[in-house]
Amino acid sequence: MATLLDVQDLKTHFFTQEGVVKAVDGVSYDLEEGETLGLVGESGCGKTVSALSIMRLIPDPPGKTVGGQVLFNGEDLLKLNNAQMRRIRGRQIAMVFQEPMTSLNPVLTVERQLTESLELHLSMSRSDARKEAVHRLEQVGIPDSERRIKQYPHQFSGGMRQRVMIAMALSCNPKLIIADEPTTALDVTIQAQILELMKSLSKEYGVSLIIITHNLGVVARYADRVNIMYAGRIIERGTAEEIYRNPRHPYTLGLLNSVPRLDQPRKEKLDPIEGQPPDMINLPQGCSFRERCRYAIDRCAEEVPLLQEVGEGHLSACFVAKDLVSKTEEGKS
Amino acid sequence: MNTVGHRGNGRSDNILVDVKSLKMHFPVTSGILFQRTVGHIKAVDDISFFVRRGETLGLVGESGCGKTTTGRCILQLYRPTAGSILFEDVDLCSMKGRELRAMRRRMQVIFQDPYSSLNPRMTAGNIIGEPLIVHGLIRSKREYRERVAELLSIVGLNPYMSDRFPHEFSGGQRQRIGVARALAVNPQFIVCDEPVSALDVSIQAQIINLLEELQEQFSLTYLFIAHDLSVVRHISDRVAVMYLGHIVEIAERNEIYANPLHPYTKALLSAVPIPDPLVDAQRERILLTGEVPSPLTPPRGCVFHPRCWMDTEECQEGIPELEEVQANHWVACIHVPGYGTH
Repeated sequence: MATLLDVQDLKTHFFTQEGVVKAVDGVSYDLEEGETLGLVGESGCGKTVSALSIMRLIPDPPGKTVGGQVLFNGEDLLKLNNAQMRRIRGRQIAMVFQEPMTSLNPVLTVERQLTESLELHLSMSRSDARKEAVHRLEQVGIPDSERRIKQYPHQFSGGMRQRVMIAMALSCNPKLIIADEPTTALDVTIQAQILELMKSLSKEYGVSLIIITHNLGVVARYADRVNIMYAGRIIERGTAEEIYRNPRHPYTLGLLNSVPRLDQPRKEKLDPIEGQPPDMINLPQGCSFRERCRYAIDRCAEEVPLLQEVGEGHLSACFVAKDLVSKTEEGKS
Repeated sequence: MNTVGHRGNGRSDNILVDVKSLKMHFPVTSGILFQRTVGHIKAVDDISFFVRRGETLGLVGESGCGKTTTGRCILQLYRPTAGSILFEDVDLCSMKGRELRAMRRRMQVIFQDPYSSLNPRMTAGNIIGEPLIVHGLIRSKREYRERVAELLSIVGLNPYMSDRFPHEFSGGQRQRIGVARALAVNPQFIVCDEPVSALDVSIQAQIINLLEELQEQFSLTYLFIAHDLSVVRHISDRVAVMYLGHIVEIAERNEIYANPLHPYTKALLSAVPIPDPLVDAQRERILLTGEVPSPLTPPRGCVFHPRCWMDTEECQEGIPELEEVQANHWVACIHVPGYGTH
């Protein structure tokens, strides 16, 4: 498969009165055609900012992408001018946002919102665009789409609004869809529906997906590869199976251990990650996870660990990644 | 329905909260000048359950199913439309004014969102200390300061933080302030309304462990309202599942997770994602079609029937009542083996 997206050393910083927030600080990853990538991390770790940087939607000021490359089909998106970028957004790369309540325009009908990009990007006529929009709504499982297309967003439930968002994202046959917490605002049973829908549509059309989430469970079933982010950097990446079965970074391990799981016997006590996420303005020297890490050694305070191969296609940014293996197995026995 | 749990089970003397046939209907009005009621949203429609002293009852369900309304009715933040809520055999629904305020000292609440539930203009210390003044539990300034410091350290915060404002704390720390405020009046019963769902994954476990430690230390009784079934299994002794204003199943924790009987419980459990691609791929997943209907116009008969794969004509004939089909396992579905034989 060919590489669709290649992000190299991306840096997006926010220049605030309190200081510089390095929201994304040297992030590199690639994505193949048709692949689903999970981008996992807690609030404030830079996962949304890294996605918005690809789309060049960072509010400037205070934010600025200060370095790196975003190669999309070999072309650096960061070098395009605004008019060129507008032709990419929605046409080649589409987004599905977290809150379908606030990301749809409340004063426009669903029809207008769906046909807008079709008319703009594909130069369709009003009536063709309308037909296409009805067809897209059917595809995402909205019953009675001829009638519902004339309605306003408030007439749809949360799950249905998210389906409308997906229909909008799909409408111009993009190559890549970035879904930012697409199911966080939805109920468990609806969440399963939406994820199944996204996955089956991406398979059908060969669209690549980036699913951004804070919930490790959500992407386990759907992602081919997973990137774990912490404090503006990717600290571990690998295939979903490797990340979940053989985590090689103390943070990933901590996240997996801290959630209660339905498939395992109930633990007497949960095993949380101690402490708080770091203050992004005054990041500690060395590894930013060091203060919460139970495996930290002296070297962690002096150098920032870089991503290094610890297995086939499995990278971890931790000095003790190799020793971690024996420790996790001890924990299991 | 009134008989839920009243048949022995050795329960009679250790019940702390006993909810009987609780209904909470909110009127829907129309018209600009002359408002008239055009319908009722049946947020909670005839539910009965009890909470034993010292236990945690988990209340799960999707948004809009009435779980928060149930919690608020128990605290009398809403006055229920019908039914009774016995707190140590005293009916809260018939109480008013001073009498009710005295009861409120014994039951507290921890809210979901630690960002909006703390007054941004009050210091952490004053947020925690306010209930002490309201209920007249302290006699001097010194005692007040000591008690606030004590509460802060109980929840794992440093007493010197009492002069800080909520915005100076992280999400997990704010939730600790919310817990300390609830503990200030030495309550017996705490309604935890989605206390961890607004927090980051790595922080959730800290708060859950804290709640468990406090329960042991102060012999607290919890009603734990949540939509995350993995968390509920961890913290609860018994679990009640709600759907559209009705309780559809109640059982002991291990029983309900190992042997769910109601189709809705089964679907809900199968939809919980598991952080392991291999295990998750092998699980049978029941994908429900459609969405939760509006509580303004609930479906006829069993409220779950439009989304249920076991749906038959009989399901529309009447609302199935909770019945004890196995020891301590109550379910409201006519298709469960053993239902209707009692």
